[in-house]
Amino acid sequence: MAIRIEDLEPLRDYLYRFALFQLQHSSSAEDVVQETLLAALEKPDSFHNQSSLKTWLTGILKFKIIDTQRRIYRDPLLLVTVDGEEDSSDFDVLFDKTGHWGSDAPRRWEKPEANLEDKQFWAVYTRCSQLMPKRTAMVFAMREELGLEIEQICQQLEITATNCSAMLYRARMSLRLCLEKNWFGNNTP
Amino acid sequence: MMNCRQASILLSSLQDGPLTLSQRYRLRLHLVLCRDCRNFNHQLHFMRKAARSPSHWE
Repeated sequence: MAIRIEDLEPLRDYLYRFALFQLQHSSSAEDVVQETLLAALEKPDSFHNQSSLKTWLTGILKFKIIDTQRRIYRDPLLLVTVDGEEDSSDFDVLFDKTGHWGSDAPRRWEKPEANLEDKQFWAVYTRCSQLMPKRTAMVFAMREELGLEIEQICQQLEITATNCSAMLYRARMSLRLCLEKNWFGNNTP
Repeated sequence: MMNCRQASILLSSLQDGPLTLSQRYRLRLHLVLCRDCRNFNHQLHFMRKAARSPSHWE
């Protein structure tokens, strides 16, 4: 089935927003979208009508994003600064000497799903997800937003499963604390 | 008895793959007794739902 540029154009914005969300970097996002559209035009035969054009393109885009993340992750120029910020997140302080939750114990979030349609919630969510160290955020995005399994992340980034789990733990603790303080905390009288 | 710090680590791991039988039993017992960790677990589930929701880039 032939794919025309006119078919791709309307999806470009969507793909860009998706890529930008994952990569947090506009020119990298622009690049992966270009590559995706090019791949679609070059290999239209791999498009089967069963899946919609949008789903198919998002699938290609995901591979391009993962590839870019892997390159960024391994970039020796990034490693110095990124490693430096890595060790600073220590969530042990949230627990007392016996390992029980201290004053920041998780509260009950009332009907959290209701927030998924709220633009202000997403603004807080985005800010919170940017507080994590870069490499931690990248592993979190691969696991939670792109839905990769631990084994795939380990293979892509050449890290151990233990390292990966530890980073995901820190990412979740960081996001949780930030959301609770900056969003759900406001709802508690 | 498992403490909350250990429980929070296991609950996070549980989002990524199965635990051993003994971990599962000890975790379940802890959750029955600990409301804070039950809240934490609900929060983890919600964060996954949020992260995978297309609302934030559409």
